[in-house]
Amino acid sequence: MLCQNCSKREATTHIKRIVNGETTESHLCEECARKLGYDDFFDDFSFSIPNIFSSFFKDSAFALASAKTDRCEKCSSTFDDIIRTGMVGCADCYEKFYDRLLPSIQRIHGRTKHVGRVPYTEVPDEKKPEAKKKELSAEEKIAKLQEDMQKAIDCQNFEQAAVIRDEIKELKGEK
Amino acid sequence: MKWYSNKGEHSDVVLSTRIRFARNLKDYPFPARLSTVEKEKVNEIMRDIFLAADSGEKLTYTEMKALSSVAAVSLAEKHLISPEFASDPNGRALLLSEDEDVSIMLCEEDHARIQVILPGLALEDAYEKALKFDKALEEKAAIAFDRNLGYLTQCPTNLGTGMRASVMLHLPALAENGVIARLAATVAKLGLTLRGVYGNTSRFVGSLFQLSNQVTLGISEQAAVQNLNAIALQIAEQETQARQALLKDDAFIDRIWRAYGILTSAHMIGCDEFCDLLSLVRLGAAQGIVDLPLETLSRLLIEMQPATINAKQGESLSQRERDVFRAEAVKKALSRKQ
Repeated sequence: MLCQNCSKREATTHIKRIVNGETTESHLCEECARKLGYDDFFDDFSFSIPNIFSSFFKDSAFALASAKTDRCEKCSSTFDDIIRTGMVGCADCYEKFYDRLLPSIQRIHGRTKHVGRVPYTEVPDEKKPEAKKKELSAEEKIAKLQEDMQKAIDCQNFEQAAVIRDEIKELKGEK
Repeated sequence: MKWYSNKGEHSDVVLSTRIRFARNLKDYPFPARLSTVEKEKVNEIMRDIFLAADSGEKLTYTEMKALSSVAAVSLAEKHLISPEFASDPNGRALLLSEDEDVSIMLCEEDHARIQVILPGLALEDAYEKALKFDKALEEKAAIAFDRNLGYLTQCPTNLGTGMRASVMLHLPALAENGVIARLAATVAKLGLTLRGVYGNTSRFVGSLFQLSNQVTLGISEQAAVQNLNAIALQIAEQETQARQALLKDDAFIDRIWRAYGILTSAHMIGCDEFCDLLSLVRLGAAQGIVDLPLETLSRLLIEMQPATINAKQGESLSQRERDVFRAEAVKKALSRKQ
């Protein structure tokens, strides 16, 4: 196919634009594409992430719906600030604007649920390795069993309560 | 060990491996919303944590404003910091290990960018090493994290693991065959990015490429690393096959020796030309045609970059003087005379 602009050279660049749902297509040669300002398409070697990210927002209905006055209490960023810069203000912004950020996050990663490492501070105590390793002292064991026994009694699970009572007796006897 | 003066696994194709974690303190806004004074405060917190970490590495803390811009750009040329980090010293600091394998950028795009760079293909090792610093950090500080979104980062492209893993590949034969664009499109479907290290899309100077994971949310660190490792090995295999095919042609072997000839006899040489010729010689060395150690070629590639020459030789060297210096240094390093 020949270039639609100069009709001289072979068209090597195929441009498809969708504006307000209307699709226009053009086939251009490299030179015309450059002249018409389409040369930056494959420039993702130097692309700036914020620009790409803010472009993710621009065509999003959420961007239009965002209220300018809605600010993150911690860093006072608005959702507009985030769109404009492509940068999120602080950790709290993710919570504050979660629903509005989510469609873009989905588009970037294809997923919205983290799998993988979790910081130490976020790991529930019972899953921490030393909690497992740590041997409880006899007193602690007894205290825990007494607690369990009380729970069993509260649930009228007397059989289990009796088993626990025997365990406690045994532990006390060992001392 | 310095990645550019050593060779590792699959060094015939893979020059280096890099793992980078993006981490932020929960209680401070991300760097773009911090004043210089606040950034300095964050840097001090990070400095105290990392310097106290029991990592077996000796880190040195440097405020970027204490470095000349040439020294900063030289660090970027060595891939120890990002070019962006080198461009603005305000409120930024760097922790660098003696061997230059660990570099932690403070207040770049995130509060901390923990980076480990090793020679050859060594994703697991680099990951384990970076993890040590990550653990040291989270033991001492509250990290910005969300159950659903993972590690919270200034730019949402890093959400999730906040981990970018990459390998630097030398793909002269695939570039010669003109298949790089197709390869880039293929790896993109697998959640990876392939881009040129030097030059631009129309011309890949030195045939060096960076292959990295694109997606960070919804994929575990292990899966991302394994995926990257598997694809890097496949590309390396393709490159090796393409090299073997090219080397059946005497005209191509001639190009390698002519490149060697220019590098060992030119009086001045510009950086791009040097990178391209070195690429051919590296291919020759990797395939046993030219008898030169690969680590010498990696070291030259980095040490002959403009700012790195200036940082070492005096900052006032003009481009012309640099080109003469480069030609002289390359000649010396590559000559087979004892």
